[in-house]
Amino acid sequence: MAEGTHQDGYRIYGVVWFWLLVITLLELGAVLVHLPHTLLVISLLTMALMKAGLIIAYFMHLRYEKLSLAYAVVTPMFFLAIVLFAFLGPDALSVLHRR
Amino acid sequence: MAHDAIDQEQVLASDWGGGRSPFDVGWPKLMMWLFLVSDTLTFAGLLAGYGVVRISLGRWPVRAEIFNLYLVGAMTFILICSSATMAVAVSAAKRGDDRRVIPYLLLTVLGGLLFLLGQAYEWTHFIGEGARLFGNPWGIPQFSATFFITTGFHGGHVSVGVLYLLATALRWSRRSIQPESVEIAGLYWHFVDLVWVFIFTLLYLI
Repeated sequence: MAEGTHQDGYRIYGVVWFWLLVITLLELGAVLVHLPHTLLVISLLTMALMKAGLIIAYFMHLRYEKLSLAYAVVTPMFFLAIVLFAFLGPDALSVLHRR
Repeated sequence: MAHDAIDQEQVLASDWGGGRSPFDVGWPKLMMWLFLVSDTLTFAGLLAGYGVVRISLGRWPVRAEIFNLYLVGAMTFILICSSATMAVAVSAAKRGDDRRVIPYLLLTVLGGLLFLLGQAYEWTHFIGEGARLFGNPWGIPQFSATFFITTGFHGGHVSVGVLYLLATALRWSRRSIQPESVEIAGLYWHFVDLVWVFIFTLLYLI
């Protein structure tokens, strides 16, 4: 990581910081202009995942780690998401419909 | 026999054959990653519980009328900034750019404290309007319960993070830790920011 001058080496964090702010402003904007509900939910979740990706890849350096570490961290999250959506989603909806 | 020997050589040469670190990181950093994975499950549990309660009720108070979204936006801004200053501190520690480490660590601590201040103000306001852990004026008790528990748990993580960073700064100034320790503290701090991304989106915006 010694390439370039010191100043250049920190540039990536400035760039990531900038995009995190832009996405946050877009999130707030999406709520304030009252997007249709489904579109709002989809766009907010997409933007949240984009921010998460930027933080994990660049701030937490996972992009520069060995792939085995990235898999060890990301694979459980993937299965967790599937399990939560597959089991809890239908449960919540069935309770809603029984009300 | 020769065949077996070749097999063994192949096994030893692979990442998982022993004799080398499969993840190519030191154990303290690996332990922090594993802790963060398990901590993710904790927050996933809280957020999933919130999701189930909210979907199964079918109605929920309008957050934009209750919370000041600009304040929450500012808190998010502060936390993102503190994550960026932390990234600079870690990078500086690793490349031996000594004069940047302590100032950027302290800037990160300042960000964490400002965030906690914002949260304290928000909670005070919310409680002042009548919100309690098991009830609130908006008629959906689960609303304030999930809010207090989830943001409280996150705020606890931020508080612990502030102490962790102060200890890291102190130990760095005494030259009693390696750059890797700063990096590990950074992993924790970025994780706190990462969790807030989802709390901000799910609790306040959606």
